[in-house]
Amino acid sequence: MFGYYLDLALRSLKRNKVLTALMVLAIAVGIGASMTTLTVMHLLSGDPLPGRSDKLFYVQVDDNPLPGKQKEPMDVMTYQSAMDLWTAHKGDRQAIIVDSPVKLRAPDTTLPPLMMPMLSTTADFFAMFDVPFRYGGPWRAEDDAARARVAIISADLNDKLFGGANSVGRTLRLRDTDVRIVGVLAPWRPSPRYYNIAGGRFSGGKTADYYSKPQDVITPFSSALELNDGNFYQYSCWQLPPAPGHLQNAPCVWLALWVQLGSAAKATAFKRFLDGYVGEQVKSGRIVRPENTRLRSLVEWLDYQGVVPSDVRLQTWLSFGFLAICLFNTIGLLLAKFLRRGAEIGVRRALGASRGAIFSQCLVEAGMIGLIGGIGGLLLTLLGLSLVRRQPVAFADMVHLDTRMFLLTFVLAIATSLLAGFLPAWRASRVTPGLQLKTL
Amino acid sequence: MAIRPILSTLRRHKTTALLVVLEIALTCAIVCNAVFLVIQRVDRIHMPSGVAEHELIQVDLADIGKTDDEHARTLTDLAALRAIPGVTQVAAVNQIPFGHSSNNSGIKLDPKQNKSTLNAAHYQGENIAQTLGLQLVAGRLLQPGDYVELKDAAKAYTEGKAEGLPRLVVITQPMAERLFPGQSALGKTIWVGAELPLTVVGVVKNLVRPSIWNDAEAQYSMMLPMRVDSNQYLIRTSPDQRERVLAAALDALKKNNPHRIVWQKRTWDEVREGFFEGDRAMTGLLIGVCVALLVVTALGIVGLGSFWVAQRRRQIGVRRALGATRGHILRYFQTENFLLATIGIVLGMVLAYGVNLFLMVHYELPRLPAIYFPIGALALWLIGQAAVLGPALRAAAVPPVVATRSV
Repeated sequence: MFGYYLDLALRSLKRNKVLTALMVLAIAVGIGASMTTLTVMHLLSGDPLPGRSDKLFYVQVDDNPLPGKQKEPMDVMTYQSAMDLWTAHKGDRQAIIVDSPVKLRAPDTTLPPLMMPMLSTTADFFAMFDVPFRYGGPWRAEDDAARARVAIISADLNDKLFGGANSVGRTLRLRDTDVRIVGVLAPWRPSPRYYNIAGGRFSGGKTADYYSKPQDVITPFSSALELNDGNFYQYSCWQLPPAPGHLQNAPCVWLALWVQLGSAAKATAFKRFLDGYVGEQVKSGRIVRPENTRLRSLVEWLDYQGVVPSDVRLQTWLSFGFLAICLFNTIGLLLAKFLRRGAEIGVRRALGASRGAIFSQCLVEAGMIGLIGGIGGLLLTLLGLSLVRRQPVAFADMVHLDTRMFLLTFVLAIATSLLAGFLPAWRASRVTPGLQLKTL
Repeated sequence: MAIRPILSTLRRHKTTALLVVLEIALTCAIVCNAVFLVIQRVDRIHMPSGVAEHELIQVDLADIGKTDDEHARTLTDLAALRAIPGVTQVAAVNQIPFGHSSNNSGIKLDPKQNKSTLNAAHYQGENIAQTLGLQLVAGRLLQPGDYVELKDAAKAYTEGKAEGLPRLVVITQPMAERLFPGQSALGKTIWVGAELPLTVVGVVKNLVRPSIWNDAEAQYSMMLPMRVDSNQYLIRTSPDQRERVLAAALDALKKNNPHRIVWQKRTWDEVREGFFEGDRAMTGLLIGVCVALLVVTALGIVGLGSFWVAQRRRQIGVRRALGATRGHILRYFQTENFLLATIGIVLGMVLAYGVNLFLMVHYELPRLPAIYFPIGALALWLIGQAAVLGPALRAAAVPPVVATRSV
């Protein structure tokens, strides 16, 4: 039966080419627009570390020494708080994180010096965030303590400086210190750059930069303090720092702290430890805002920071409005088309076709339009994504259509057309055989 | 034109008529808001900066190794840049308007205040106002005698001494109006934190801040009398000499110290362009969506119109046979579309208002100005009429003889 309906649908579609083209176009444009934005949205709002993100927690304490109540603590913390909490080793793993721009040269290459963003952290970072290595591996905890002059570089930088060869053991010059490369990352493109996000809630939705590529050089935090001294940026200060860029003892917040906690019980215990720490600090007078601590999981932290850029969310709303209009358009056209075939349907009914048969025949025709529209929609989605890739946004290079989104395009196209066809098909199936025959 | 027969015909095609109305309403709602967003972005892109836009060059350098003679080198750099023919002003500055990262401070009117009144960008660097070409509206700009060295100021500040701290400040007019509404700001004192009082000696018309997270506060900037050794230079010249001066400046700076990386070298037009790149892309996208929406809606009207005409050929033939002119038939379909469009537009306006409320809550957008409603209505009426013209002309061309045929 289905084959026969397909045949009928094809004949019907061929009968009025302009109208068919209009419907296919409407579906294609609507699907193209919404799949483009949906793909971008999917890319930007997904869990960046599935299966692991609920074990990673972002630690916040309220270091502000001025009295007063703030609903939320600062996004990052002081050196003192970060070091105290990190050295306590109360989590399964813990990492301090800060980034700074650094001048970089590879002495054995002829490339001119570069300015590069440098990430400085502690040894657990790589295991916590599942960072993949191509050559070598992470430095050890002893290197943190010894302020070892070591570095790990990204695959991109390794390609640029060493043509992609194994560069473990070679030397880099960061500012005016030589460091030894101990590891080269495999291509790694977290979305967003979740380990290094602060201030998003104040950015008015302009958060596209959180989707930038990871930093190209990674060094131990303790070493970076020495080799890039004077080049650290504060997140906020309550007094002018005595020496700009040198923030260890400055009245400034600038460091992020992540902990890995394997179970809910551990998370509860860590929160209790955190509150206890702040309580002690209040007693000693360093912290004046007691109890204002937070322990957010990775996904909660991203939500709280509002990492998905507001422009992207707006585009998604817009494209679904667009799809709705295309849907109305298709309903109207299908309705007109099916109703005009009243006579034909009347004959088929009079010859014994059931209402259900008419209904499914009409739906098959609508579905066919959806399928063709879906192919058009796929092409338009690919075009749309290539336009997004050309946009001046930090996430442009990661935009692509994956298999799931590819399949979703067709599912959405056919679902839309079936939805559009439902009312017209129902109306068509209500055609009374006798009445139509009479008018013939 | 008799409207009643049109209405009674439409009543027989309730669903199709309703769909056209809904399509028009939704288009109206989305297009009104999208156009509003476009206008907002365009306004933003043309935000005043207060600076001599086409006369400026920015050069930003970075040291490779540690340096101890930054101050001396800055002086040599400045002298070398000033010596380039065509250069009128030069300044070493801590940040530039429409740059990306910024130095900001909370400003208080009373040191005991718990929360700052506002947050302002603070520009440092001798001669910055003169180099940027800011327009003075009251008081005076900072003079060479007002300046202190940043290093001395930082030292004095940590030691809690007043000697060596900056005492004066020049602020922008929008900032002055926010701090001292209805009064002159000159001679008043503002506080950076609870420790640093500054007397306002001058007010400039505009000076946009480096990173703007709230457009309403884009002009909250001030200039402190502090000299900086920042490796970041602003150079002013005449518009036609920018390219040549930029090349000469790079040569001069390289000659002073070849061990530096040129981090930025661009004319100020490029600075502005780079800053609003994202907004421009979004504007293009929104305009594209509006056009596509109107086209889809128009095509929908064409499609449905054609069907109605085809369906009513016999009826049209009868009317023609009974004496209706082609003009009558044409006007019939145009009036029908006008009626549908009107209902759609009324519904669409309500919907547009609702969408706007949603955007106001979620995207902190202002209220949709009333002017959009008549303009939106007019646009949709015109598009509807244009779209229905084809089918209506075809209807008018139906010969009266059709009435005699049994279809």
